[in-house]
Amino acid sequence: MTPEHPRHLADALRRRRWLISAWPWRALVYLVSTVPIAGALAAGLLVIVAPLLAAVNAVRLQGRPPEIGLMLFLAVGSLTLLALAPLASFPVAAVERWRLGLVDGRPLPPSRWQGLAARYRTAAGWREVAYLFWLGGFVPVAYWVFLLLVLLDLGLVASPWLAGDANEVIVLWGTVDTASEAAPYAIVGVLLIPVLWYAAGLLAAAQAAVARWALAWPVDATALREVARSRTRLVGAYEAERRRIERDLHDGAQPRLTSLTLQLGLARLDVPEDSPAARPLAVAHDQARGLMVMLRQLVHGIRPQTLTDLGLAGAVRELADAATVAVTVRTDLDGALPEIVETTAYFVVSEALGNVARHAGATRAEVRLTRVGADLVVEVSDDGRGGADPARGTGLTGLADRVAAADGRLLLASPPDGPTLIRVELPCRR
Amino acid sequence: MSSVTRVVLAEDEVLLREGLVALLTRFDFAVCAAVGSAPELLDAARAYQPDLVLTDIRMPPGRGDDGLRAAVALRAERPQLPVVVLSQYVQTGYAAELLDSGDGQRVGYLLKDRVAEVTEFVDTLRRVTAGGTAIDPDVIRQLLHRPRDPLAALSAREREVLALLAEGRSNASIAGRLHVTEAAVGKHVGNILLKLDLPPNDDTNRRVLAVLTYLRADPAA
Repeated sequence: MTPEHPRHLADALRRRRWLISAWPWRALVYLVSTVPIAGALAAGLLVIVAPLLAAVNAVRLQGRPPEIGLMLFLAVGSLTLLALAPLASFPVAAVERWRLGLVDGRPLPPSRWQGLAARYRTAAGWREVAYLFWLGGFVPVAYWVFLLLVLLDLGLVASPWLAGDANEVIVLWGTVDTASEAAPYAIVGVLLIPVLWYAAGLLAAAQAAVARWALAWPVDATALREVARSRTRLVGAYEAERRRIERDLHDGAQPRLTSLTLQLGLARLDVPEDSPAARPLAVAHDQARGLMVMLRQLVHGIRPQTLTDLGLAGAVRELADAATVAVTVRTDLDGALPEIVETTAYFVVSEALGNVARHAGATRAEVRLTRVGADLVVEVSDDGRGGADPARGTGLTGLADRVAAADGRLLLASPPDGPTLIRVELPCRR
Repeated sequence: MSSVTRVVLAEDEVLLREGLVALLTRFDFAVCAAVGSAPELLDAARAYQPDLVLTDIRMPPGRGDDGLRAAVALRAERPQLPVVVLSQYVQTGYAAELLDSGDGQRVGYLLKDRVAEVTEFVDTLRRVTAGGTAIDPDVIRQLLHRPRDPLAALSAREREVLALLAEGRSNASIAGRLHVTEAAVGKHVGNILLKLDLPPNDDTNRRVLAVLTYLRADPAA
């Protein structure tokens, strides 16, 4: 499916209306405006390339080593060129970004001066340098070739008139000396015009593609980081909110419900069995008790209270206690962890141990919590039958999503016949 | 010891605190002090020297396990002090810690929900005051699910008996629960103690030791 209007040259080239659209003219403007820039850069490069060629020639043709002075000049010159290139590339890149707009409507990151050091330190800076050399070195050669083709075609088209001057005109593969003899050549020349028209488009499109590759960088990394950060912030805020809800329920709703159930229990003591109030009271008491259990599970689902009370290591030990297989817990944690990391790690262990019990047929499992640099690493291994497959819906994908939301990653090794190892790495940057 | 059990109660939620006071009063306990934070609990318990301390776990000031910390501290001062701790949810670590305080007796670890079973709750309080140990059935159930070698040797019936034993019940009470004769219960208990490698002697605490074996064992061992 193609949009109504092409947004850039390469897209326009594929349209049927290319020849009669404005695009070839745009390509032409692009090509023509390239000439002074590429020319200036080529001249700059020649400062080094010309003596280099001279030195190579000296070696090749005369078999004598080039003079020391020349070699010194080459060495110093090349280094100077390389050192200055990141600076020179900045204005060139700015102009080129603007010029790319002639043949490419897609947005580009703006040229921003981010300090001298950034020119030498960033990949984007060096890409622009590469573009500089490409523009000064390769582009002029391609243009010369294309210019020769254009001149050749012009010669073909003009051949009848040129031949009319009774001069012998040599055209490619024969000689013509009359206008009538030159006519077929002229016709071929005219027929070649649209081909050249396309070729010009291709040339400009190729150049624009290279320019885009070199100049559309950085894909605004700051913006992407900002997005990632805000996602983490959002998840963090969500986590804090869960904690608040859990507290409110635990400190407010739960004791009140317990108190209510207690009062109902007390009332039941003093209501005789045969009283009409006895039955509804008993029902109310039972319902309140059921509600207490329900609320407790609900609160646990919102945020495990063990985490709130014991921290990650303690909560994981509790999980291991409640597991149906023997679980060893090894923790090596110091200092506080961000809440989101704690909760995620807890659910990873909880889910992983649940999987061990449900699918693995294991007899023992081990949970390891360690700090590696700025990361918390959670590893859960078991001696079960292995073959855990995220595609088979063992809750692993949901777990991976959870881990991703906390900016971490989940790794799984589970060959057939086991053992299975789940490793989760969670960054703990605040 | 006077006939009336004197209690210091700590629970931060006012309504529940009042409810518990009403319950205790209804069953002839004397409530010396009903407080809402761990430091107040420590002060009241030291001031009144009660026969029983009943406390919630999560309490101010820290809203962590301050209640348990206070209870353990009090037991360190008075190893014989009966303490019952209420927990919002099952946590074996807390139970083990409580059992490790003092001599491991006269302690109760109960789920808060149990206060709804008024009479059973009061029975538990009385058992602990009288020198027994009461661990919430949910904790026991969780522990009995642990795969452990000593446990592997127990039959399903023996596990049931052990669970009731851990609640601090007498043989008669267990017999009533399981609808078997008291002699049968006695036999089960004997087998359990044997399988858990608790040598028979005159020490009546072997029953508690059986429970402690579970609570303290490292599941990985």
